[in-house]
Amino acid sequence: MTTTTTADGTTTIEAPNELPVIRMTREFAATPAQLFRAHTEPELFVRWTGPDGYEVTVDQWDPRTGGSYRYLVGTGDDQNAFRGCFHTVREDRLVQTFTWEGVPDGVALDTITFEEIEPGRTRVATLSLVESFEIRDMILSSGMEVGVNDGYARLDAMLAAGDV
Amino acid sequence: MPDPLSQVFAALADPTRRDIVARLCAGDATVGELAAPYDVSLQAVSKHLKVLEGAGLVTRGRDAQRRPVHLEAEVFDLMTKWIERYRREAEMRYQRLDAVLAEMNDHHHADPTDATGRPARSEQGETA
Repeated sequence: MTTTTTADGTTTIEAPNELPVIRMTREFAATPAQLFRAHTEPELFVRWTGPDGYEVTVDQWDPRTGGSYRYLVGTGDDQNAFRGCFHTVREDRLVQTFTWEGVPDGVALDTITFEEIEPGRTRVATLSLVESFEIRDMILSSGMEVGVNDGYARLDAMLAAGDV
Repeated sequence: MPDPLSQVFAALADPTRRDIVARLCAGDATVGELAAPYDVSLQAVSKHLKVLEGAGLVTRGRDAQRRPVHLEAEVFDLMTKWIERYRREAEMRYQRLDAVLAEMNDHHHADPTDATGRPARSEQGETA
């Protein structure tokens, strides 16, 4: 579809035309070991993952190569479950599958790497591979379902006008 | 009948059509110009263009001879917005991670349990 690198934050995102992947990078003022802990220790993980304002609860968590996980985002009726396997668990590299149980047959393969670019500064790169471009683009646009923003309002207008 | 958004996604799911769209970003082109790099017939390219047209992604010019293909940039502005939105959500997540990491630094020499298990979601919202 397109590639975006934006200046307002430091997260860069790339959705290339050739592969159904989403690439993201972000730099952190931390060591690779700290980032590894923040990704693999459930008490730390639940504090930053998931959409803003949603409570994350770990149901099952076994961060070993060959292990698996399941966690819940939100509460009550507004709750979604995610699960997957830890395929590779290494200090500099995590490979895991990721499924939203709302679409149980869908699975992403996520590779997360922690690269120290200078002492105490680490680049986290996430590569998420899905099964088709269509699904990739749906994931990218999934924010539309939950929020109201300019793009959403504009899409409504375009749909109403028969422009799309 | 599929909804309009699904038509857009379906149209863009094909690599040749994605490539055609990418090339139209540079400017309008005729079917012949679009077909040139591919090892396929004009008819096959026309078929792809019909799908893109059906999804509202491209339009054909009025010029009876050339009928240049035009990319409807508005649809792509929208997609850029979606990606930007997705990126912003990731950035918000990562800002919470920044706060967690900063706290791990503060508690570097302390018992690791001190640095964890804090239900500090509202505090994080302010620091993020």
